[in-house]
Amino acid sequence: MTATVETAPPPVEAPQKAKYSERTQHERRLGLLLSAPAFIVMVVITAYPLAYAVVMSTYRYRLTDPEGKEFVGLANYLTVLTDPIWWGAFGTTAIITLFSVAIELVLGFAFAWVMYRIIRGRGFIRTGILIPYGIITVVSAYIWRYAFQLDSGFVNQWFGLGDFNWFGQRWSSLFVITFSEIWKTTPFISLLLLAGLVQIPGELMEAAVVDGATPSQRLWKVILPNMKAAIMVALLFRTLDAWRIFDNPFIMTAGANDTETLSFLAYRQNVTLVNLGAGSAVSVLLFFTVVIIAFVFIKGFKTDLSQVRGD
Amino acid sequence: MASRRSANWWTLWGLLILLWALFPLLWMVSLSFKDPGTFRGSTPQFFPEEWTWKNYDTVFSDSLFTSALRNSAGIALIATGLSVIVAMFAAYAIARLDFPGKRLILTVALAIAMFPQAALVGPLFNMWRGLGIYDTWIGLIIPYLTFALPLSIWTMSAFFRQIPWEMEQAAQVDGATAWQAFRKVIVPLAAPGVFTTAILTFFFCWNEFLLAISLTSTDKARTVPAALSFFTGASQFESPITAIMAASVVVTIPIVILVLAFQRRIVAGLTTGAVKG
Repeated sequence: MTATVETAPPPVEAPQKAKYSERTQHERRLGLLLSAPAFIVMVVITAYPLAYAVVMSTYRYRLTDPEGKEFVGLANYLTVLTDPIWWGAFGTTAIITLFSVAIELVLGFAFAWVMYRIIRGRGFIRTGILIPYGIITVVSAYIWRYAFQLDSGFVNQWFGLGDFNWFGQRWSSLFVITFSEIWKTTPFISLLLLAGLVQIPGELMEAAVVDGATPSQRLWKVILPNMKAAIMVALLFRTLDAWRIFDNPFIMTAGANDTETLSFLAYRQNVTLVNLGAGSAVSVLLFFTVVIIAFVFIKGFKTDLSQVRGD
Repeated sequence: MASRRSANWWTLWGLLILLWALFPLLWMVSLSFKDPGTFRGSTPQFFPEEWTWKNYDTVFSDSLFTSALRNSAGIALIATGLSVIVAMFAAYAIARLDFPGKRLILTVALAIAMFPQAALVGPLFNMWRGLGIYDTWIGLIIPYLTFALPLSIWTMSAFFRQIPWEMEQAAQVDGATAWQAFRKVIVPLAAPGVFTTAILTFFFCWNEFLLAISLTSTDKARTVPAALSFFTGASQFESPITAIMAASVVVTIPIVILVLAFQRRIVAGLTTGAVKG
C-alpha cells in the first residue's frame, strides 16, 4: 500500500530535453522539502514513543520502585492477557463500540435523509447539529451525567422512573455512556452520509421511481449500494473513534461497575498507578487491536480509502 | 398540494433534529443558573426555581478555571497555528506537485488519524518528565500538533485541488518563481480553505482531554477539559455541579460563535476532506 505505485524516477533525458528534467527535479525536491516537516513530526512523535513503549513493556518497572526495574521478557503481556481486568475492559469497549456505531449509522442516515429532502431550514439544521459536533466531549459527558443522575437530573421525573439509579449497575451505566457518545458524534456521521447521498446521480433515483420501485426497494437497491464507499469510510472512522473512547466513561462513572474501557485502562496503569511495565504492555496491545480493526475494514471489507487519502 | 404537505413533514422532522441537538444545551444553561445550595432534591426540576449568577461568580473567581481558560486558549491557538502552517506546505505539495513519497505521506496521515492516543500516554508521560516539558504548554502542543496534522493535511489538500491553478502557471509565465507564485497568487486563493482547516483543528485541540490530564499536573498547563474534571466548587460543602455547568457554558460559547459564523465552511471542510477526493 505504501511503496508500490510510487512515481518512477524520470528517465534519463536526451541533452536537448535537459531543461524539462531540471524542472522535474526541482518539483520533486520542492515536494519533498514542503512535506518533510509534516512527515517528520507525525512519524517521530508517534513511532518513537511507541517503540519506547515496546521496550518498556519487557521490563517490570514501577515509577514508585525504580530500583526494582528488571527485564522480564514477555511476562507483562502474559500478565495482562490472563487478567480479567483486560478482558473486562475489552468487553466494555466492544459493547460501547458496537451499540454506538450501529445506532449512529441508522440515526445518522435518518438525519442525512432529512437534510437531503428538507426544503426550508436546511441551514438551520446543519448549524444546529454542528453544536454537538463542536462541543467539548467532557462537557457533553457532564451534561448527560447530571441529566440522568438521581439528585440533579430530570430524566427520572420525566419518564416516571422513581429513584432508579442509572449509575448503580453496569448495563444502565453503559447505556448512559453510549447515549452521550451517540449524541455527540451522530452529527459527524450524518454529514459524511449526506455528502455520499448528494453524489448519487439524480437520474438514478428518478429512473427507480419511474420503474415503480417501492421506497424500500429504492433504499436497498439504489441508494445504499451507491453510497457504499461513504458508508464504509464513515463506519471505519467511527468504529476506531469509539474503540478509543475515554472521556465519557472517565467523567460519567470513573470506571465504576465494570465500565472501564481499554484507553481508560492504559491511562490508569500508566499515569495513575505509574506501573510503566504492565502499562506499556496494555498500550502496545491497544495499538494492535486498532491495527486489527483497521486491517479488517481495509482488507476484509475492502473499504476504499483512496477517496479519503485523496489520491 | 401533496408536495407542500410533504415539505411540511420534512420541516417537522428537521425541527425534531434541532431539538435533539440543542435541548441538552438548554439543560446545561438551566443547571448553570440554579442555586448551588438548594438545587438538589428528591424531585429535581428542569428549570431553576430561582435564577442566580452565583455559579458564574464562583468559576471566574477560581484560579483553577481562569488559568485553565488561559492555557486552553493559548495551547489550542498555538497548536492550531503550527499545525495549519506545517500542513499547508504538505497539502500544497500533495495537491500540486509530483514527487516520490506522496502516497507514503498520505498513508502515514491516515495511520496517525487511526492511532490510539492512549497508547502514547505512558511513554510520553515518562519522556516528557525526562525532557523537563511535563506540565508545560509545549508538552501539550507537540502531541496536539501531531494528531491534528492528518485532519489539516486532508482538508487543505482537498481544498487546494479546487483552486484554479492556471493562475499560478500564468504567474510563472510572467516570470515569477514557483515560490513567488505560491505566495502571491495561491495563498490568497487558498485562504478560505486554510481558515476552515484552522477552525476544525481548533475544535480538536479545544476538545482534547486524555493527553491533557496525562501530561499536566498543575494549573501551569492544565486545559479546560482537564480542569473541569478536577473542579470541586466554591467549597467542599457545596455540590460542584452547578459551577461545572457554568464553566461548561463559558467554554461552549466560542464553539457556538464559530459554528454560527462559519456553518457552511465547517460542513464543507468536514465533508470535502473525508469523502470526496
